Amino acid sequence: MSAVQPATEYYRDRVVTALVMFSVIWAVLGMAAGVYVAAELVWPTLDFGQQWLSFGRMRTLHTNGVIFGFGVSALMGTAFYSVQRTSHVPLFAPKLAWFCCFAWQIAVLLGGISLLAGWNAAKEYAELEWPFDIAITVVWVCFAIVFFGTIAKRRIKPIYVSNWFYGALIIVIAMLHIVNSLALPVTISKSYSIFSGAQDAIVQWWYGHNAVGFLLTGGFLGMMYYFLPKHADRPIWSYRLSIVAFWAFVYSYIWAGPHHLHYNAIPEWVQSLAVVMSLILLAPSWATMINGIMTVSGAWQKLRTDPALKFIVLSLAFYGLATFEGPMMAIKSVNVVSHFTDWTIGHVHSGALGWNAMITFGTFYFLMPRLMGTGLYSIRLANIHFWLALAGTMLYVLAMWGAGVSQGLLWLSLDEMGELSFSFKDIMASMPPYYLLRFVAGLVFLAGALLMTFNLYMTIKGRRTLRVQPPEVRSHQV
Amino acid sequence: MMNGIGLHKKLEENTGLLIFGILFVSSIGGLVQVLPSIFQESLKTPTETTRPYGALELTGRDIYIREACSVCHSQQIRPLLAEIKRYGPYTRAGESVYDRPFLWGSKRTGPDLFRVGGKYSDIWHRLHLINPRDVVTNSIMPAYPWLAERAANADDDIQRKMLVLRKLGHPYTDAEIEAAPAALQGLAEIDALIAYLQVLGTSRKPGDTP
Repeated sequence: MSAVQPATEYYRDRVVTALVMFSVIWAVLGMAAGVYVAAELVWPTLDFGQQWLSFGRMRTLHTNGVIFGFGVSALMGTAFYSVQRTSHVPLFAPKLAWFCCFAWQIAVLLGGISLLAGWNAAKEYAELEWPFDIAITVVWVCFAIVFFGTIAKRRIKPIYVSNWFYGALIIVIAMLHIVNSLALPVTISKSYSIFSGAQDAIVQWWYGHNAVGFLLTGGFLGMMYYFLPKHADRPIWSYRLSIVAFWAFVYSYIWAGPHHLHYNAIPEWVQSLAVVMSLILLAPSWATMINGIMTVSGAWQKLRTDPALKFIVLSLAFYGLATFEGPMMAIKSVNVVSHFTDWTIGHVHSGALGWNAMITFGTFYFLMPRLMGTGLYSIRLANIHFWLALAGTMLYVLAMWGAGVSQGLLWLSLDEMGELSFSFKDIMASMPPYYLLRFVAGLVFLAGALLMTFNLYMTIKGRRTLRVQPPEVRSHQV
Repeated sequence: MMNGIGLHKKLEENTGLLIFGILFVSSIGGLVQVLPSIFQESLKTPTETTRPYGALELTGRDIYIREACSVCHSQQIRPLLAEIKRYGPYTRAGESVYDRPFLWGSKRTGPDLFRVGGKYSDIWHRLHLINPRDVVTNSIMPAYPWLAERAANADDDIQRKMLVLRKLGHPYTDAEIEAAPAALQGLAEIDALIAYLQVLGTSRKPGDTP
C-alpha cells in the first residue's frame, strides 16, 4: 500500500452519474407502468384489446422495471460511488464498470420488451426467460469483479460496513438467481424449469423472498450505511450493533421464504421453520433501523432544512414498519387472512415506495449536486416531492390494507349454517373504491418522481461530473 | 465481546474471508431447509391419477403462462373449511408434479382455479375469455380476443416442448409426441387454453379425502 498516489488518479464518477440517470428514467417508466395497471383494475377495458397492454404483461413489466431498472441501477451506481470513497481508490477495471452500466440497461430494456411480447418464465420476480437469465449472470459477475476488485486494492485496512451489505447483495443474489433460473430451453423464448410443482415452489420462494431480502433490503441498507452518516455528518451510532445485525440478517433472512407458502402443499416443518425465522428476523431488522435513526441524533436540526435527509430518515421509519408487518404476516394465523389478498400488495409497497424509493430519492438529491459540484436546482421542489411521496405511500398502503383485510375476512366468513357468507363476485364488487384510491395514490407518487426528474435534470444541465481525487492516505491505526 | 470484535477484524480486513463468510452464512438456511425438499420423494411422486398434460393442454398451459394469468389467479386450495367449500378439495403436492414451473400464485384478484376443471362449460369459457363482462357483470378481468385469432400450433414447437419435458422426467411416449401436432391441427389458442382449464384439478378420484 503506497502512501503517495500519482496526481492523475481520480475517482471514476462518470459511470455513477450515468447509472443514476438511468435509474431515474426507469423509476419514471416503471412507476408509470404501475399506475397504468392500477388503472386497468379500475377500468378493465383500458388495454384496448392490445396484447402488450394487457394486465398480466404490463404488471410483470412494472415489477421488473422498478426492481431491476430503477432499483439495481441505483444500487450499482451508489455501490460504485461509495466503494471508491470507503476504499480511497478509484474503481478497479473502470471499463468493466461501464460495461456493467450499459449491458444492464440493454438487458432491462430488451427484457421489458420481451415481457410485453409474452416471454415469461412465470416465476415471480424472475419472469425473464433464459437468454436474459444468462445476460444477468454475466453482468452480475462483472459487477462483482469491479466491486470486490476495488475493495481488494483499497488503501484503508478495514472494509467499511456499507460494503458488507453491497457485498452480500452481489454474492447472495448470484446464488439465488443461478439456482432458481435453472431450466432447459425449448426455443429462444421458452424454457421449462428443472424443478416442478411443490419443489419448484420452495426453490422459487427461497429466491423470491431473498431477492427482497438481499436486493431490496440488504442492498439498500448498504446505501443507508454510507449515505446516512455522510449526510448527517455523524459516525454510525453503534459499530458493534452493525456487526451483529449484519450477520444475523445474512443468516436468518434465507430461512423465511416458505412463509409465502403457508397452508400450501409443502411440508409442515418447512412452514413452521419459516414462521420462527421470520419472527427472529425482526431483531436484526429493527437493530439496523435503530442504528440508522440514532446516527441522526445530534443532527436533527438538519431535518428542517434538508429534504434529502428527510427522505432518508422517513425511509427508515417505513423500513421499520415493513419489517414489523412482514414477520406479523408470516405468523400462520395472520397469514390465513392476509395470504392471496391485496394486503400483500400493500405490504410490498410500504417497503418499495416508503423504504426503497424514498431512500433512493434522498440519496439522489444528495449525490447529484455533489457529482456535479453544485447545489440542488430547487430545494422547494424537493420538499414538495417529499410530501407527495409521503402522501402517495400512505394512501396506497391504506387502500390496500382496507381492500386486503376485507378480502381475507370475507373469503373465510361462514354463516351460522356453516355455509359461505359471500360469493367471490360479491366481495369483488366492493373493491372499486379501494382500487380507485390506490390508482390516485400511485399517481401522486409518480407526480413526485416526475418533479425529482425535472429537479435533477436542471441540476446537471450543462455540467460535467467533477473529477475528484482520493485523499492521500498517510498511515493506519490498526 | 472484545474477542468477538477481534475476530470480526479479520473478516473485515480480508476481502476473501468476507466473501467466504457471507457465502457460508447465507447458505446454511438453503442447505437445511430447501435442499432436503429437493430430495423428498413424496413431493415429486404423482398421485395415482395425475398424468402429464396432453399436447393441447400443454399448449394451453403455456398460453396461461404467457398471459401471466397466475398474477391474478392462484392454483392452490388451502386446507381450510371456507376454501374447500368455495373451491373444492384442497391441493396435494402430488397433483402438481408435472407443473413446470408451478403456478400456485400468490394473489387472488380473481378466484382460485386449481379445481376449475369441469365447473363451467367450454362455451362459457369461450365467451368469458373473449369478453369477461358478457358473462360476469362487473368483472375486472382483461378480455383476450386475440386468443381466438391465433392458431394453437402457430409456433410449431409442441414436439420440442414434449421432448424437453420427457428429458425432465415426464413420461411421454414416442407415439404421443408423434401425434402431438395433429392434436393442435385447426384449433385456436383459445381452444388450447380451455382444454387446459377444463383439466385443472380433475385428477382427484371420488372417495379421496377432501
